[in-house]
Amino acid sequence: MEFRGECTLKLADAERIAEICGFARKDMGFDYLVDISSVDNYGDDPRFTIVYHLYTHAQRCHLRIKTDVAEQKAEVPTVTDVWRTADWHEREIYDMMGIQFRGHPDLRRILMWEGYPYFPLRKDFPLAGKSSDVPEVAFTNTTPMMGGPFVTIAGGKDSIAREPRVRIPESDSISMTGRVERREDIKDAHGKAFGPGPIEKKP
Amino acid sequence: MHTRAEIGYDSKIEGDIVHTRLDAAINWFRKYSMWPMPMGLACCAIELMAAGASRFDIARFGAEVMRFSPRQSDVMIVAGTVTYKMALAVRRIYDQMAEPKWVIAMGACASTGGMYRSYAVLQGVDRILPVDIYVAGCPPRPEALLDAFIKLQEKVSREPVQ
Repeated sequence: MEFRGECTLKLADAERIAEICGFARKDMGFDYLVDISSVDNYGDDPRFTIVYHLYTHAQRCHLRIKTDVAEQKAEVPTVTDVWRTADWHEREIYDMMGIQFRGHPDLRRILMWEGYPYFPLRKDFPLAGKSSDVPEVAFTNTTPMMGGPFVTIAGGKDSIAREPRVRIPESDSISMTGRVERREDIKDAHGKAFGPGPIEKKP
Repeated sequence: MHTRAEIGYDSKIEGDIVHTRLDAAINWFRKYSMWPMPMGLACCAIELMAAGASRFDIARFGAEVMRFSPRQSDVMIVAGTVTYKMALAVRRIYDQMAEPKWVIAMGACASTGGMYRSYAVLQGVDRILPVDIYVAGCPPRPEALLDAFIKLQEKVSREPVQ
């Protein structure tokens, strides 16, 4: 499928990824693995998607390969023998998402520590984290979010209070676009019913 | 020469001898030669290095001896984000420092976790260490760190000697 001039291949069978990548490297010349990343489609049937970004120096061309991985059997063959750099990328995907790579030379956690019981970048893992304790190694606690994540709306009361010299579009003589939205709740902050900067849609 | 009640010193009459109280003298020695143990973990460490360089000289305060050895240092400057993975190491190094010891939490991340309210960042190094001075900033300017150092010196001069 073409998307914005970039080529994305969608593989039906995750088991053949090592073969396809080997073909990409040897016969098509994609000698540089830019990145391997993973997507958690929480709620969709193949829960994870692994995305390989490839690049060839000779023709200066990118390629993206995606495969789907189910949650029950979250296992994919490794591409470490095609590109050595996949070693750490796959360790990071294992650490953050829990997808195992069959044939990996040293599959263990790379960012979190051995014995950490969760996979942090899954969508069912809360932003604040969960408590855990591996004695003598590390402990974690949930972070006090205090009503966060802290989103500031441009022109809201808090941004005016924090930064008194914040720009007001009218006095800046910047022409206003049709996206300006009237909001009464910030009218008392500086006497105008719209704020400076890009206007966010009221939730 | 500052005149204080403890250090009643008149150079014309007494010459090289200073009469003072014991704890004032000991605190004077301690505060003007505070050797830092720089726990430089992230970006605040760059500002710590800047404070140690020639423009914002920390050697004026006797603290240019930034030996990375906890056994030989007085104050631990925690400069940077303390992750949970690093927390036990920081605690272990603090335990290896000899008494008397103080801690400066430099920057937003060391004071409260900073902008990182997440699963992997310790929300403030004061959850594992007793902190004496907190420095605000992301990163704090070297002058802010020197101001914190001065405040720590004042705190040390108020300490009673056991």
